[in-house]
Amino acid sequence: MSVLVFLENWDGKFKKLSFELVSYASKVAEMLGDQVIALSIGKVEAAELEKLAVYGATKVVSIENEMIKAFDDQAYTSMIAEVAQQTGAKVLVLSNNNTGKALAPRLSVRLKAGVASGVSKLPLSVNPFVVYKKVYSGKAFANVAIKTDVKILTLAQNSFDLVEAPQTFTFEKLNIQPDGNLMKTQVKEVQKQSGKILITDADIVISGGRGMKSPDNWGPLVELAELLGAATACSRPVSDEGWRSHDEHTGQTGKIIAPNLYFAIGISGATQHLAGISSSKFIVAINTDKDAPIFEAAQYGIVGDALKVLPKLVEAVKEMKSK
Amino acid sequence: MKILVCISNVPDTTTKVKFVDDSKKLDVNGIQWVINPWDELALTRALELKDDTSNAIQSVTVAHVGPVTSEPTIRKALAIGADDAIRVNTEPGEAFTIAAQLAEAVRNENFDIIMCGIESSDHNGSTVGGMLAEFLGCPSVTGVSSVKIEGGQTHITREIDGGKEMLTVPSPFVAIVQKGIAKEPRIAAMRGIMMARTKPIKVLEPQSIESLTEVIGYEMPKPRAACKYVEADNAGQLIGLLQNEAKVF
Repeated sequence: MSVLVFLENWDGKFKKLSFELVSYASKVAEMLGDQVIALSIGKVEAAELEKLAVYGATKVVSIENEMIKAFDDQAYTSMIAEVAQQTGAKVLVLSNNNTGKALAPRLSVRLKAGVASGVSKLPLSVNPFVVYKKVYSGKAFANVAIKTDVKILTLAQNSFDLVEAPQTFTFEKLNIQPDGNLMKTQVKEVQKQSGKILITDADIVISGGRGMKSPDNWGPLVELAELLGAATACSRPVSDEGWRSHDEHTGQTGKIIAPNLYFAIGISGATQHLAGISSSKFIVAINTDKDAPIFEAAQYGIVGDALKVLPKLVEAVKEMKSK
Repeated sequence: MKILVCISNVPDTTTKVKFVDDSKKLDVNGIQWVINPWDELALTRALELKDDTSNAIQSVTVAHVGPVTSEPTIRKALAIGADDAIRVNTEPGEAFTIAAQLAEAVRNENFDIIMCGIESSDHNGSTVGGMLAEFLGCPSVTGVSSVKIEGGQTHITREIDGGKEMLTVPSPFVAIVQKGIAKEPRIAAMRGIMMARTKPIKVLEPQSIESLTEVIGYEMPKPRAACKYVEADNAGQLIGLLQNEAKVF
């Protein structure tokens, strides 16, 4: 029996999200008294695969196959299901990003396994198997019992701390062929953002709203982000107006994030915005309206004009960094 | 070509949720029910595709799992412009049972494109679309921000971590759509509301399907500590607090 964790790679590399998944799977395995098997699909160097053992994987299995040219929901589902069955997986762990959202539901039907998605904590108990998850876009939480023999969990990004627990591990290359009839997705073109810190990956996110008044005023916000190694984001009205790109929209229908630190600058904090950022560990609000709902969600607040406050923050960060 | 859009009936985004029955059930008193925001965008895109007559879309159908009390939400979808609707007459329950009911309802209807919102704003599960595709044994594409038809071929844009992919997939398929798929949800005009009254809703009785998960109780989020304020004139002090008190740097 095992806990099987699926890991995607980005140009052959893993990232923090991958190690969060293995850390989480290891802790779940500890609760069940099982081992953790990490499954990688695609071309990843041995040195990179070894990193998975640092976070507790006792077995690393890899499928590399010339036939796999694109991410195809059906083909990946069939390969992962085969590994799950071969290894007697009792729990499958995937990310709650678009890849996990593509695979978890299909695997659920294939393996007749109940899914709980977007979990951020360890199961409350394993017998019965009960998990705690966000519902109503963060306005409440639910305790969900998964009643099936096999369970599937998708983990919210940035919600589980890395736990180093180095293991001696075995490595196996699996010769699993994806069913050629299932490889129906044909990718014609890929566009990648280069050099930008992804909002979903970032530890610190600096977000501007309508209180920034004009797209021309973003200079000090971007400077603050660069100084702190942060990603820049924005509220929905800002992306709708075309002041910033749609990729930056955080909120219910945009990106849902959980950074360590979130700056809401000139953002009033409508329910839809809070739904996307309420899992942030610390929220800083800067707004001229002292009654803006964002202050109810924030731990630190400044009532004032964003355009006057931002240069002061930039100065203070420069001073901090010079020490 | 026929398009199906699956819609879910959810409390309006601004609803303050409360629970009853020992925190086991949502208190539905006073709730305004709406089409799930992502499904509404999917429907809008489906109708935009149909508006362009060169796409030769015969019909846009909506499917919903829910009791008769969710018919106002279905009528709203018809008023926005859907041609007809299918309703499976049962309480929606969990994602697996919803997807299984939808699959049985649409399996023999020969839809070419099935669109589902990536998430519903109630249980935030992001699972119904993928489950439906697996039940139907057809491809799915997840995180779709654009669907276009050119010369009978569907072109899809999929959002991935740090970029996007332009791809094709043969019909029938399920497009699991997210932000970007349509700009603004379409709003019903008076003529649409009048016409919706007579558009057909096919009501199907449910299959017997066992659920895989069960909500055993709801909890409200723990209240956050009160906000600590820094004077705007001394804004720089905030950085010190973040460094020494919150220890985020």
